[in-house]
Amino acid sequence: MANKVYSICFMCTVRCPIEVLVANDDVVWIQGSRHVAGIEGALCAKGSAGLALLHDHERPQYPMIRTGPRGAGQWRRASWEEALDYAADKLREIIQEHGGQSVVFGERTNLNTHISKTFMKAIGSPNHFTHDALCKGSVNTAFRSLTGHADPQVGIDYANTRHIVMYGRNLFEALEIAPINNLLKAMEKGAKLTYIDPRVSVTATKADRYWMIRPGTDLALNYALIHTVLKERLYDAEYVNRWVSGLAELQAFVEPYTPEWAEKETGIPAAEIVALARETAEVKPKVVFHYGYRGAHHANEIYLRRSLIILNALMGSIEAQGGLFFKKGAAAVGRGDIGKYVSQEFPKISAPRFDGSGAEVFPIADSSHGNPQMLAYAIMHEDPYPIKALIANRFEPLQSIPDSAAVRRALDKLDLIVAIEVNYSEIAWYADVILPESIYLERADSIQMVSGLRPSLRIRQQAVSPRYDTKPAWLILKEIAQRLDLGQYFPYETIEDIWNFQLKDMGVKIEDFDAKGFVSLTDKAILWDRKDGIKFKTPSGKIELVSSLMENAGFPSFPEYQPVAVPPEGHFRMMVGRCAAHTHVSTQNNVLLSELVPENELWINPGPAGKLGIKDGAYVELASPLGTNGRIKAKVTEFIHPEAVFMLHGFGKTVPVQTRCYQKGASDALLQENVSDKVGGSPALDETLVQIRPVK
Amino acid sequence: MSKYYLLQDQKKCIGCLSCEVHCKSNKGLPFGPRLGQIISVGPKMVANVPRMAFVFMPCFHCEDPWCVPVCPTGAMRRRPEDGIVYVEQVLCVGCKSCITACPWGAPQWHPETGKVVKCDYCMDRVDQGLDPACVAKCVTHCLSFGQAEQLDLTRRKRFAKTVAFELETIVSAR
Repeated sequence: MANKVYSICFMCTVRCPIEVLVANDDVVWIQGSRHVAGIEGALCAKGSAGLALLHDHERPQYPMIRTGPRGAGQWRRASWEEALDYAADKLREIIQEHGGQSVVFGERTNLNTHISKTFMKAIGSPNHFTHDALCKGSVNTAFRSLTGHADPQVGIDYANTRHIVMYGRNLFEALEIAPINNLLKAMEKGAKLTYIDPRVSVTATKADRYWMIRPGTDLALNYALIHTVLKERLYDAEYVNRWVSGLAELQAFVEPYTPEWAEKETGIPAAEIVALARETAEVKPKVVFHYGYRGAHHANEIYLRRSLIILNALMGSIEAQGGLFFKKGAAAVGRGDIGKYVSQEFPKISAPRFDGSGAEVFPIADSSHGNPQMLAYAIMHEDPYPIKALIANRFEPLQSIPDSAAVRRALDKLDLIVAIEVNYSEIAWYADVILPESIYLERADSIQMVSGLRPSLRIRQQAVSPRYDTKPAWLILKEIAQRLDLGQYFPYETIEDIWNFQLKDMGVKIEDFDAKGFVSLTDKAILWDRKDGIKFKTPSGKIELVSSLMENAGFPSFPEYQPVAVPPEGHFRMMVGRCAAHTHVSTQNNVLLSELVPENELWINPGPAGKLGIKDGAYVELASPLGTNGRIKAKVTEFIHPEAVFMLHGFGKTVPVQTRCYQKGASDALLQENVSDKVGGSPALDETLVQIRPVK
Repeated sequence: MSKYYLLQDQKKCIGCLSCEVHCKSNKGLPFGPRLGQIISVGPKMVANVPRMAFVFMPCFHCEDPWCVPVCPTGAMRRRPEDGIVYVEQVLCVGCKSCITACPWGAPQWHPETGKVVKCDYCMDRVDQGLDPACVAKCVTHCLSFGQAEQLDLTRRKRFAKTVAFELETIVSAR
């Protein structure tokens, strides 16, 4: 008889609630929670492929210590005792000689982030960073500049929207199950989807309107939309008068940016731009100009993200049914906050961050996430000080940071690389010691506070015992800390200790999760009162179009638009993106997913492809200005703009024991130049111009 | 035709391929056989917007299945009570006659057992009153499973809504 375990998927960062059926300590079935609206049992391909990950022999099965040169694949099996001693001894030496700040810790934000941050504070390092900035740092900063809230505090009411405009937000492929179903329901009731992208993604094929915009010119389109909305007074005047400051400055700024001007820049007819402005205004405030999931394309990314949020502000759709909303947490329902170990008292850390985040390099970026694109520079130049050790927990510097060859060279300078990993990732293979992490089905984790219109708590419970000699990261970090005589900051032995600590002020008990795997903290949606109750966290309490955050740091709120040049003959703007079968860099070797999408392809328009002699299905060589190359199969299609080429992120792997994806396709990070939006904090991943030639 | 019908609502399908993985993970299949497969067609411009079709191709469980009579061992068979066509694994000798016979490419080759595997509507689940794996976990719930005589009304209702006031609108606009 199978036993049902409620848990949280972790095949991707969306973290859908799941039901896992277990028999004889083995997983026999996984499906989405039937108790959560928008999920109703659904699970994506990656979620079902969790079973293949569980049983995969091509993942680290025991602690390993490197015996040959870095990356050579020469390892010896070690006991946990020995591997943890190895990591801790090296860390102790490094900290003694160079200080705690010489250790950096990178991760993808996860349920145990409060514990990894605790670890770093305990060793005296300010250098915890997450993957976030590489994906959406500029979205975060754009939201703070306008509303005072960061993007994780903002959600979209897909179910009630009447018109959603997506700029490359490829929701149906870079998928989130609940939003998809809520949007499909809204579309069934008549909601419109406008999709704008130089490439026809699956989302484009579901849209009511599709514009193949000239790559990199979305900002010009938005300035023309704003121009039209203001000129024709299409905005929600009551909302704007109450909540928006800086309208006159905005109006003066967008004056020259007419739809006719934008037509020349974007390739979208002026009349259609005007039509969209009018159509969306008709259903305001139930309108969403999607602010993006990834927001890391261009060096002026923050201004694009701001223009999107401004369009929502003008439509009155910020904190509106069918628009955007601020996520409500425990405090909104009169509960205490979820406990976080990082709230303990720690010795003061005086060293600045290694990456200039929130300081001289990225003055207004979110330093709680940091700016990992500075990693190679900081190591190579010892600026602001020497970096000697990297701990990577499910963070992939060798595929997520642009110019990965430079990152690899920088890693060579480190005295210690520790990988806490579920996969033989590029960084695990390049590490000195692999501390294998149990996968999400084999471990329990900290409870998740799910902020939203209806805040709730979710739990990842352990479904089965580990298949191999692996441990959860929260235990690995505690055991290293104990070896550094810092165990007092980790006052737990079991996951139940962590849960009880987290729940102590919340009025919730562990048993409360038994029935459905989550605990609702309220049964009705909390929207703030649109007349008086919206809590913007800007100094003025309003949406600041002229941003005090930016202006005080010396950044203009409305810099003049810089035209995007047509790439020189034979050069293409390299765009990257996702598909429904893979998660970023982590699933390419999964046996069930690699079968669906085994390698990435290079989308190229037939016009330039013909001139270059590139045939559909034939391999081509990509050359980056960095001097790096990639070999990839061409997909010749009229459904991409002639100025751009496109490939999926995360391929071109170099770890031979990942036999299914080894050397399949091209690595985008190897080709991308490391350029950043210094205001917002994101790297500009779509700025690199590549050259292409057929492989002889 | 079996007494069951598996309906795909194309309008809601996003081609995410999850049905394929739900099937394979449930059946414990290795690289190779795809018992139900999404075949993508397009994109193609239709009335000025790009459109794609994602056609789900499991087994159709024919009323008069061509795969059954060609099977020399009687491994390929049809359940008399509900018409589900399935392979009795112990009897399959891997001759591939059914693969040759099926006009729709439904029977698949299992490289590790050297036998044929095919969609059986997850009959073990159906017998427990559950939906086939592909249907149960479909991301957009665009797949539905039921008795052929109780067809889902989604598409008729959607069409009715689209055309209901069309004539009136056209006439009044004149």
